[in-house]
Amino acid sequence: MNTAIRHQSGTRFALSLNAVFVYIFFYAPITLLVVFSFSDSKTVGRWGGFTFNWYGDFAGNQALQHALWVSVKVALWSTVISVILGTLAALALERFTFRGQKVFDALLYLPIIIPDVTMAIMMLLFFSQALDVVDSLFGIQTTKGIETITISHIAFNVSFVSVVVRARLAGMSKTLEEAAMDLYATRWRTFRFVTMPQIVPGIAGGALLALTLSLDDVVVTQFSSGPGATTLPVYVFGLIRRGVTPLINATSVIMLGASIILVLLSLIAQRGRSIGQQRVPAPESDDASTSSFSTQ
Amino acid sequence: MKASKLLRLLAVVAALSVVAAACGDSDDEGVVGPADCELNETDGDLAIFNWAEYLDPEELDAFAAEFGVRVTMDSYDSNEAMQPIISAGKSGYDLIVPSDYMVTILVQAKVLQVLNKDAIPNMANLLDEFQDMSFDPGNVHAVPYQWGTSGLAVNTAVVGTDFDRSWSLVFDPAVADQYSGRITLLNDPRETLGAALKYLGYSLSTTSMEELNEAGDLVSAAADTNVLAFDTDQADELLVGGETLIGHGYSGDMFVQFLEADDPSDFVYFVPKEGGTIWVDTIGIVFDAPHPCTATTFINWLLSAEHGAALSNWNYYATPNEAALDGLDEDLVAFLTDPALLPGGQESLEQLVDTGDFETNYSDVFIRAKG
Repeated sequence: MNTAIRHQSGTRFALSLNAVFVYIFFYAPITLLVVFSFSDSKTVGRWGGFTFNWYGDFAGNQALQHALWVSVKVALWSTVISVILGTLAALALERFTFRGQKVFDALLYLPIIIPDVTMAIMMLLFFSQALDVVDSLFGIQTTKGIETITISHIAFNVSFVSVVVRARLAGMSKTLEEAAMDLYATRWRTFRFVTMPQIVPGIAGGALLALTLSLDDVVVTQFSSGPGATTLPVYVFGLIRRGVTPLINATSVIMLGASIILVLLSLIAQRGRSIGQQRVPAPESDDASTSSFSTQ
Repeated sequence: MKASKLLRLLAVVAALSVVAAACGDSDDEGVVGPADCELNETDGDLAIFNWAEYLDPEELDAFAAEFGVRVTMDSYDSNEAMQPIISAGKSGYDLIVPSDYMVTILVQAKVLQVLNKDAIPNMANLLDEFQDMSFDPGNVHAVPYQWGTSGLAVNTAVVGTDFDRSWSLVFDPAVADQYSGRITLLNDPRETLGAALKYLGYSLSTTSMEELNEAGDLVSAAADTNVLAFDTDQADELLVGGETLIGHGYSGDMFVQFLEADDPSDFVYFVPKEGGTIWVDTIGIVFDAPHPCTATTFINWLLSAEHGAALSNWNYYATPNEAALDGLDEDLVAFLTDPALLPGGQESLEQLVDTGDFETNYSDVFIRAKG
């Protein structure tokens, strides 16, 4: 008995030690990044006294702010559209059978598997040819820009969203949906009131993933952008050639802050929803599950 | 059922037409230009694709205000990243800033327009040695934009001023051993092997495997004993930060970083007497530029005395513009006119020339030498 407890406390100690190491591994570089964003020295990694100057530089740097704005716009649009398309694809693949399903299934994974550079070159060629066709068909002058970046981000994000949503759907029993339809709910009402509430966490996860991937991407963006459409990561990457200054740190800290707020907001939203769910639709789902039992 | 068949057919037709367009393009393409433009004519907004931090945004505003057009500028980080984006077509950019060897490649691929020199009278402002570049004879496709050299920068506060301005500082163990562990070399096969080749008295762009291996052995020996790191981006910062005493690097980077030091006169940059590389970045018009006349006007505007000087004063690289020399910052002039900058004279400078298929040997030898 005694040894068992000692064993347990030993395991527990090892586990918490492991957790501490993992957190150090994650957060030590981030802490350094934040600390050196306040360093009054042009050289990254050399402490030159405390200053807010780099944040002032960020506020005064129009090109950087423009790049940030482009990044945010692209990320939001591509996330919204790829969440809709990805969820629809996931539903189609999980809930229906149709000809060519296997092929479609395999093809959907392709953007996840192929390397970034390949994707980038594909996009480059596609846009330069497609815009030529558009121009000759409609007699207008189009160029690449924020729209083409958004389209290329949707192209890889759809796959990621649909994989996440499918994982959620696969772990979900069909009985509730069948029960709803037994009770003469239309397909739409079944989706709206039974399926949708259950896959919302999957959709939210997919959306966050899409948002992050879009904000991070350099290679694909570089090859599908046009005049006036430089995203933040691409701009920062270009700055490196002229030497890294703590301005990059300050920019990263601002982005980091924004993403932490985003994650906190999504946590708060989920919490609110789960409390709300427990209260309101609980009787409804109770009904559904009892009726599904009765049909069995 | 019918509707879905129709959709499928449409998709196939769309895909085929894209392929057809791709095939059709390659035949009827020739050299584009010169654009039919008057002096100072504009035909719409301007889009520039440039290296990061290479042109003052306020200068763009000035051009925009003077000519009543909008100007946008985006950046790339290497010639190799820019090339496919521009070559594929429909990039939307009017102007690009390729380096010397890349101009040769772009001209061969017919990606640069022939310039309308009648609309660029300020080309006469260029120094004589920039009027006829070897990579683009007669400056037909591209105009020199900025230039610089690569060489050695030394911390004279520690090393002193009494040393031979030679590559022996890094390659001769008798000299370099004193600075062991406090030397950086560029992380670039052509630049670093080029330095060793120059030290040995060979051409920077040799295609002799024997000479290249000899240079590789030299770099390898230095790497094993005295070199702290092969570093391109941080070489200047390591030197001024005090971590290193001798840094192999680019002139403009070094000059800018010297000004960050407590006392800039503690540092000196020079091209060793055996010689070193000179590079020239140029500006040219993209073959499918939406607004070639505005682009031509911009090139002419940039070549004026006032704006040529503003360009150099902002990025601290040397200007090929003779008329602009009077307008340069004192600090920059002091660096550029330092009599000790070029102990080997102008003739010791050599441009890197594309060696074609031999290029991979440089990478291979360099990777082996770094160990």
